[in-house]
Amino acid sequence: MKASITLRVDGEQRSLTVDTRTTLLDALRENLGVTSAKKGCDHGQCGACTVLLDGRRVTTCLSLAVACDGATVTTARGLAPGGTLHRVQQAFLEHDALQCGYCTPGQVCSAVAMLEEVKAGHPSYVTEGLTVPAELSDEEIRERMSGNLCRCGAYVNIVAAIREAMRQGAAP
Amino acid sequence: MTPFTYERASDAGSAVARVTAHPNAAFLGGGTNLVDHMRLGVAHPELLVDVTRLPLSRIESLPDGGLRIGAGVRNSDLAVDRTVRERYPVLSQALLAGASGQLRNLATTGGNLLQRTRCAYFQDVTTPCNKRNPGTGCAAVEGHNRDHAILGASEHCVAVHPSDMAVALAALDASVVVLGRQGERRIPVIELHRLPGNAPERDTVLQHGDLIVAVEVPALPMAVNSAYYKVRDRASYAFALVSVAAALEVRNGQVADVRIAFGGIAHKPWRALRAEAALRGSPATAESYGRAADAELADARPLQYNAFKIPLVRNTLRMLLGRLNHGGRS
Repeated sequence: MKASITLRVDGEQRSLTVDTRTTLLDALRENLGVTSAKKGCDHGQCGACTVLLDGRRVTTCLSLAVACDGATVTTARGLAPGGTLHRVQQAFLEHDALQCGYCTPGQVCSAVAMLEEVKAGHPSYVTEGLTVPAELSDEEIRERMSGNLCRCGAYVNIVAAIREAMRQGAAP
Repeated sequence: MTPFTYERASDAGSAVARVTAHPNAAFLGGGTNLVDHMRLGVAHPELLVDVTRLPLSRIESLPDGGLRIGAGVRNSDLAVDRTVRERYPVLSQALLAGASGQLRNLATTGGNLLQRTRCAYFQDVTTPCNKRNPGTGCAAVEGHNRDHAILGASEHCVAVHPSDMAVALAALDASVVVLGRQGERRIPVIELHRLPGNAPERDTVLQHGDLIVAVEVPALPMAVNSAYYKVRDRASYAFALVSVAAALEVRNGQVADVRIAFGGIAHKPWRALRAEAALRGSPATAESYGRAADAELADARPLQYNAFKIPLVRNTLRMLLGRLNHGGRS
C-alpha cells in the first residue's frame, strides 16, 4: 500500500509517496536523500537514527513514515542552518567526542533534546528525589544518553562535550 | 516485512470495530515493539489501525483522588507528570528505568502494557517457540534461560514480561479501562496478563479488538513512600534481570501497610501478595523483609541458568524496603 505524506525536514516542506512499510529513517535517507540520520541496528537499540520529531528526540527506525504524516523533523544537519554549528556540535568537535563519527549525528540530536529535558526539570532514573531539579552530573549525562551507543567508545569525550555545551547553554 | 494497509482511527469506537472485524488487524501505538516484530517476521498484521492520534493523551485526576492516564500518554510524559512524581514515585521511577529517552518519547501507556517478551527465542523466527508459533516447543526450557522465569512458568513457556511500568502499576492496584465489542470494562492490572499454562501465545486476557483506552490508579496515599529498583547487566538501557516495585507504610516500627510487585521473574508482573501478608503487622526489619521474600519465593522453580534470581529478588526487596523505611531515595 502506498501513502502520500508531508514532512517538514530541516526547515523544508517535503511531500513524498511511501510504501506503508517504510520507516521514517528510510523515508529520510532513501526517499528524501537526508543521510544525516544514520542506520545502525535498525531495531531501536543503538540510537544512531535519532532525530527531533516535533522537537522531541526519537529513534526513527521504529516509526512508520506514514504514521508521521505532518510532522516536523530536525536532523543533526538541520541543527546547523547555514553551516553555523549548534553549540552541542561545536562542543563535540572541541572535545574530540567521536572517532569514526557514525553515531555522532544521533548523539548530537539526543544531547540537544536531553539538555532541553534537563532545563524543563525532568528527572532521570538516577536523579535523587524526583521533584528537585537535577544537577547534571556525569552520572546523569551517562544515564540520560544511554540510548546512544558508540562502538568506538568515545563516551568519555562525549560526556565532556555535553558538560561543556550545558555550561554554555546556562550562560547568559 | 509483509505488506499491510494503514488506517488512522477517527475515534476509539471505530478503531475497535475495525480491528474486531479483521482477524489479522492490530492497533498501532508508538510502534517500538510492533514495528520491530513486523521487521523480524514475528508479527504479520495485514491491517494497522493507528490509535496514536485519538484523544487518549490526557492525565486527569479522578473524583476519588486517583489518577486516570490516557492509553496514548507517552512514557516520557507520564514519568515527568507532576502528580505522578509526587504521589506515585514508584511509577515515575519504573518508567524512567525503562528503555531510553528516545523510546520513551514514542512508547505509549497502552503499548507498554502490551509489549511482548524479549525472550531471544521468541524474537528469532528460526527457533521453536510456543508463544510465537504454538505447538513448536520451547527452545528456552533447555536453552539459554538466564533471563527467564522462576515463578509461574509452564513446560510450554518460560518467558518473562519485560515491562517496568506494569510492575509499578501492579503494585499500585491500578486497573486498565478496556473498550471492546460490548463496551467498556475494567480489569485490574494484576489480572490483565496471564501465566503461560497451555496457551503461551496469549499474553493477556484481552480479546481480539479490545483496546486499552486508559489506566486508572487509585488514590493510595501510602504510595507517596514508594520506589522502583531495577537490577540489570549494565547500568542503563537494558531489560531487568529482576526488579522490585514497593510502597511501604511503617507505624511505631511495624509494617502498617505494604505493596510489592516483582518484574523479570514471571510471565506477568508478579504481585507479591504472600510477601505482603507476611509483612503486615511485622516489625519493619531486614529479617521480616527477608522472611517475606522467602514466603513469596517458596514456589520458585529456577531453570538451569537463572537460579541467581532467587537471592537477587530477596536481596533487592530487603534493600528497597530498608530504604523506604529509612526515608531514603523517594
